[in-house]
Amino acid sequence: MDWSLVFGNAAAELISPTTAAYALAAIGLAVHFGYTGLLNFGQAAFMAIGAYGFAVSVLNFGLSFWQAIAVSMILSVLFALILGIPTLRLRSDYLAIVTIAAAEILRYVVSTTSLKDLTGGSSGLSGFATEFYAINPFPTGNYLFWPFDVTEKELWVRVFGWSIVALATILVLLMMRSPWGRVVKGIREDEDAVRSLGKNVYAYKMQSLILGGALGTLAGIVFVLPRAVQPGNYVTGLTFFIWTIMLLGGAATVFGPIVGSMIFWVLLSLTEGVLQGLVNMGVITFLSTDQIGPVRFILIGLGLMALVVFRPQGIFGNKKELQFNV
Amino acid sequence: MSNQISVGDASPGCQKVDPILVADNVSRQFGGLTAVDVAHVEIPRGKITALIGPNGAGKTTLFNLLTGFDKPTTGTWTFEGKNLAGVASYKVARLGMIRTFQLTKSLSMLSVIENMRLGAQKQAGERFLAALIRPLWRAAENRITEQAEELLKRFKLDAKRDDFAASLSGGQRKLLEMARALMAEPKLVMLDEPMAGVNPALTQSLLDHIKDLKSNGTTVLFVEHDMHMVRHISDWVIVMAEGRIVAEGPPAQVMKDQAVIDAYLGAHADIDLGTVSIKIAKDDN
Ligand SMILES: Nc1ncnc2c1ncn2[C@@H]1O[C@H](COP(=O)(O)OP(=O)(O)O)[C@@H](O)[C@H]1O
Ligand SMILES: [Mg+2]
Repeated sequence: MDWSLVFGNAAAELISPTTAAYALAAIGLAVHFGYTGLLNFGQAAFMAIGAYGFAVSVLNFGLSFWQAIAVSMILSVLFALILGIPTLRLRSDYLAIVTIAAAEILRYVVSTTSLKDLTGGSSGLSGFATEFYAINPFPTGNYLFWPFDVTEKELWVRVFGWSIVALATILVLLMMRSPWGRVVKGIREDEDAVRSLGKNVYAYKMQSLILGGALGTLAGIVFVLPRAVQPGNYVTGLTFFIWTIMLLGGAATVFGPIVGSMIFWVLLSLTEGVLQGLVNMGVITFLSTDQIGPVRFILIGLGLMALVVFRPQGIFGNKKELQFNV
Repeated sequence: MSNQISVGDASPGCQKVDPILVADNVSRQFGGLTAVDVAHVEIPRGKITALIGPNGAGKTTLFNLLTGFDKPTTGTWTFEGKNLAGVASYKVARLGMIRTFQLTKSLSMLSVIENMRLGAQKQAGERFLAALIRPLWRAAENRITEQAEELLKRFKLDAKRDDFAASLSGGQRKLLEMARALMAEPKLVMLDEPMAGVNPALTQSLLDHIKDLKSNGTTVLFVEHDMHMVRHISDWVIVMAEGRIVAEGPPAQVMKDQAVIDAYLGAHADIDLGTVSIKIAKDDN
């Protein structure tokens, strides 16, 4: 059993593009829930829009890398409008219901056989990142050091993904420190009070939904750059992982989701590696290797329960500013 | 008896010399219950008007209707001549008609100063894209902060400037909500039971603030149970009972009105009204 490999793999998750993608999606969700109080249970759909919007634009319409990103963003805004127009005037739970349903509808639509030519049906899409790797500024070679050592392609997707995370962080920090941020935080606390002060609450909620959704869409693009698009990735479970990450780090924080994503992926990798090792060594006999996957999610779930009990504001949250007071 | 506020004698629904708010046939039904049924009412500009009446008389519901927080079953009303029926609550506020709530709505997880800043109007930084460009709103923010600090001092909340509103006492939250409403520099401020829960040591200064508002040209309409306060600061009193306006007039006159005494001492007398009626009796001695 090579324990250094187990720990090396876990540490490598710190900078993986998947960690970046989940962090980005969780920052978007923090805009929705942590700052504005919107219950979006369809962040997976915004990610799917990024993945499919990007891949289909490149593969079927021959658009360039940047054009494909622009198309995804436009689709993301439209999707936010479709979700928001009927629900944002109603009580907050309506958005929750509509987002969870819309995300499932979207997943069924992209995986349907009748759209196979466009979306690849249940087998998904691949080969859309050629231009992305063609514009890689890093020459062929090996980069960084153990356990983060990567090829030039791996480096490029990491640099790209984390740059977007950095830009998103700055954007959200600036927004939340501005008077606009003050209004949305006020809406989180009591929207009637904010209305009574002359603010168009509906418009602010819509803007927040669009902003956080757009970050989810970018997350979807970062997520698929190093892999294929597969409809099975965009299940409700993905949304709940993003929620877990956001709550882990602290919902009303910007750095929280980033650290939350790192912790989430490092722990998943570590628990898998350690359990695998212990099963292989015969230390654990009551688990088979294919039970390890589900068991680590049980452990993560227990961890989250402990967090709710002992640190309800998340790791970075201010105890007073936000707890699980939905 | 003549006065400078109404045209002719004071009577329920009487015409005012200079009304800022005029409502006609405003009614609101909840199922079978008629909570508000006001045939006609005018609020005099630049004066302090008290809206009194027993619990359940429909005062809060009338506030909600006039400010767009609830939809009336029937009715129209105008503010400074502008029709307000069907206008969204935030637009009502922008026109200069700002209300507070009987159940305080301080934004608990914002600091006191942020609560105050939120009350300001015309902050360009509240717009989505402008928010990113600090130079567009920094000057306004400084001006707003100065204004907020001054108000906090007047309301004796300046020591709490950077605390979360959640840490304030019930009375302090009432004060904060009122101060926040004033940040908008309203033409008409509607206060729903501003004194409830406020430390008695502060009520006198609160009364002075309300009088200051009047001297600055702001019209005040407030709901209050404390007859002493009503008598002390209001220029005009409107009495509601069971959704209707049953009496109107200058405070001294209204307190003697048989309809008012009936409204308070009638079938609706409860614990809350008990204290009120005792006060009326005391004042009359
Ligand atoms: N949302 C509502 N649904 C049903 N009944 C209501 C509602 N709001 C107020 N009422 C009823 O309308 C009447 C007037 O209430 P309210 O305006 O709060 O009186 P006040 O402020 O004068 O004490 C009361 O009988 C109250 O129970
Ligand atoms: Mg009331």
